[in-house]
Amino acid sequence: MATIIVEVMLKPEILDPQGQAVASALPRLGFTFAKSVRQGKRFEIEVDGEPTHAQLAEVEQAAEKLLSNPVIETYVVKVQS
Amino acid sequence: MRIGVVTFPGSLDDSSALRAIRLAGGDPVSLFHASDDLKEVQAVVLPGGFSYGDYLRCGAISRFAPIMESIIVAADHGFPVLGICNGFQILTESHLLPGALIRNQDLHFICTDQAVTVENTQTPWTNGYEQGQRIVIPIKNGEGSFQASADTLKELEDEGRIVLRYADKNPNGSQNNIAGITNARGNVVGVMPHPEQAIENLTGPSEDGLTFFTSILHSLVGR
Repeated sequence: MATIIVEVMLKPEILDPQGQAVASALPRLGFTFAKSVRQGKRFEIEVDGEPTHAQLAEVEQAAEKLLSNPVIETYVVKVQS
Repeated sequence: MRIGVVTFPGSLDDSSALRAIRLAGGDPVSLFHASDDLKEVQAVVLPGGFSYGDYLRCGAISRFAPIMESIIVAADHGFPVLGICNGFQILTESHLLPGALIRNQDLHFICTDQAVTVENTQTPWTNGYEQGQRIVIPIKNGEGSFQASADTLKELEDEGRIVLRYADKNPNGSQNNIAGITNARGNVVGVMPHPEQAIENLTGPSEDGLTFFTSILHSLVGR
């Protein structure tokens, strides 16, 4: 069994108020390492066996059509065995 | 004049929209997300609320409802569609309108009476307003900040496709103070403020919103 990971992030030029809120909360807890924070989404999709090229192509389509909104977001597809 | 209002799982303002249509003098018709039957309505309203719990992204899952497949085909042929709040979000997810609506700048859910100006009175939903008219209608949303690429914004501005703009103050970081837009053809309109909540002085801050619903009836009579 393998897991296909889809990570979705807001495009760099799109304001991310949630990431900004996290960035401003960190120093209040004494964590001063963050120059900035961007928040995104991660989907873990289980498939039987090693994913085929056809499956990965379908996941790309799903990422484009449903999992992300291409107007404001980008996505990356990875495989985790 | 039969005007439909779609109920999705999690719609909140569907009954208010039906009522607004009735008070404007129209014949309101309930439509259901799981059917592709438009029941011979002549225009449709996508109401506010939290369809599918706003899961994934606001409007992202509703966009694939059977009724939306019918609405998308009809809208491409000039069928009038008004999306209010969550309805606006569904229209951007459906690519019937450009851009996207993201989390409000200060992360707050904002519920207040908001002054906006009407900047396009050519649409079937706004033809009863005066150009530049200032109206007060409620906003109530957490993800109402309109964002689009620089090219898209320029196109919207150059073609006069900004329908409503926030007056006085921008509540949510929306680009160019945009509160509502229309498509190139002008039949599809999306607005974040809730005209259906400002149709009588007893329950709303004004009666300014009723003109959205009298406008569509007027435009259908004129066809």
